[in-house]
Amino acid sequence: MNGGARVSAHARVTAAPGGALPVLRGEGALALRRTRGEPGRAQVTVVGAMSVPLTGDSLRLTAVVEPGAALSVTSAAATLALPGQGAREPATYDTELTVGEGGELRWLPEPVISVRGSALRMTTRVTLAATARLVLREQQVLGRAGEEPGSLTTRLVVAHGGRALLDQELACGPGAPGWDGGAVIGGHRAVGQLLVVDPALAEKPAEPLALGATAVLTPLVGPAALVTAVAPDALALRGLLDRGAAALGVV
Amino acid sequence: MTAAALLLLADGRFPAGAHAHSGGAEEAVRAGRITGPETLAAFCRGRLHTAGLTAAALAAAACAGAVPPGALDAAADARTPSPALRATARRLGRQLLRAARATWPAPELDAVARDHPGGLHQPVVLGLAARAAGLAPRDAALAAAYESVGGPTTATVRLLGLDPFDATAVTARLAGDLDRVADLATAAADDAAARGTDALPAASAPLLDIAAEAHAARPVRLFAS
Repeated sequence: MNGGARVSAHARVTAAPGGALPVLRGEGALALRRTRGEPGRAQVTVVGAMSVPLTGDSLRLTAVVEPGAALSVTSAAATLALPGQGAREPATYDTELTVGEGGELRWLPEPVISVRGSALRMTTRVTLAATARLVLREQQVLGRAGEEPGSLTTRLVVAHGGRALLDQELACGPGAPGWDGGAVIGGHRAVGQLLVVDPALAEKPAEPLALGATAVLTPLVGPAALVTAVAPDALALRGLLDRGAAALGVV
Repeated sequence: MTAAALLLLADGRFPAGAHAHSGGAEEAVRAGRITGPETLAAFCRGRLHTAGLTAAALAAAACAGAVPPGALDAAADARTPSPALRATARRLGRQLLRAARATWPAPELDAVARDHPGGLHQPVVLGLAARAAGLAPRDAALAAAYESVGGPTTATVRLLGLDPFDATAVTARLAGDLDRVADLATAAADDAAARGTDALPAASAPLLDIAAEAHAARPVRLFAS
């Protein structure tokens, strides 16, 4: 009977210049805490064992960085996608990020772990002003140790200065044909991206750089670079993404 | 006549340069991710439902003509994080445009050559060529989908010395998937006519992107990509 008890939550945060947070409102499963940050920069942590989408749940997270403001967002723990009893629709987790002129957002959550039998569709939409800066990291772990994953689809859509900068969707697990073959994941169980957008990259674009056999740093069409990585597990994935971050000078 | 035009466009012997590319199969063979018919089938199924679907939708949208080629090309850029694959797509686009203008002369193709001297992503040109040949958006989608598995399959015969019968059987077993991908791509292209390129699929394949850069950096290789 739990199929009817679906969670729907929408958390919002707005960062203003000087480290102020005029809006900081968690809801239900999504609790937001202000945490200690650097001067002039607001830092928010998505907390709690409650950040667990069950199949059928719907979560939304909206962050706005006003012009000239700086915000860092992390999460306290990995997000587990769990099966929901009786639910037929996948859980949805929609994140909307907006960064104004001269603003900066560091969006660095912990991984999402897709548990066997779960179904989650994550969509992250980022809208950047022409002079906005962004560091965004996504990590997906396909199943707990030794477990087959659930069904996990993630889409990352980034617009910069009014034009499409990056649009990537990845579907893994049951219902995603060929996901574990040699073209897509090839038997790996962790996959992630690190996106850096910075007007400085327009002057001096990043050079393509191999970060081992299963990760690469590439320049996008626009002032941006992307690290794409697959790895056997979350720890190895994080290592590859951190190497990319170091190469891009955003550690 | 249109059925014959589709056969011509999808034929590996159509002089558009595709034979020089393995669709990522060469690097996958080198890395041990393709070792025989089974792993080739898994590779092709994954490529079809990711890069193949994205390409098929771009081709269908270009053939439908509701979204300008330049906007589709920008959508293709956003869906192609690998600069090596962007360069390959543009090179193949230029070669296909040349072949298509000679085969199905059309003022629209001349205009594309004039307006985009650097070339457009190959699936966009494939859709425009299909349009010039009198084909429908679903035909263009099917041709793009077929190409996304035909390239790796043919290349693997040369790379691994795979039995050509086994390789062809891999493609044949994907026939149902090819139809489904063409249907999805055509529906997405319809959506894009109303909602813009955001409605187009963006299905990606991390290992294809990662391996493409490694492959492009190799001094010795059998296939260009």
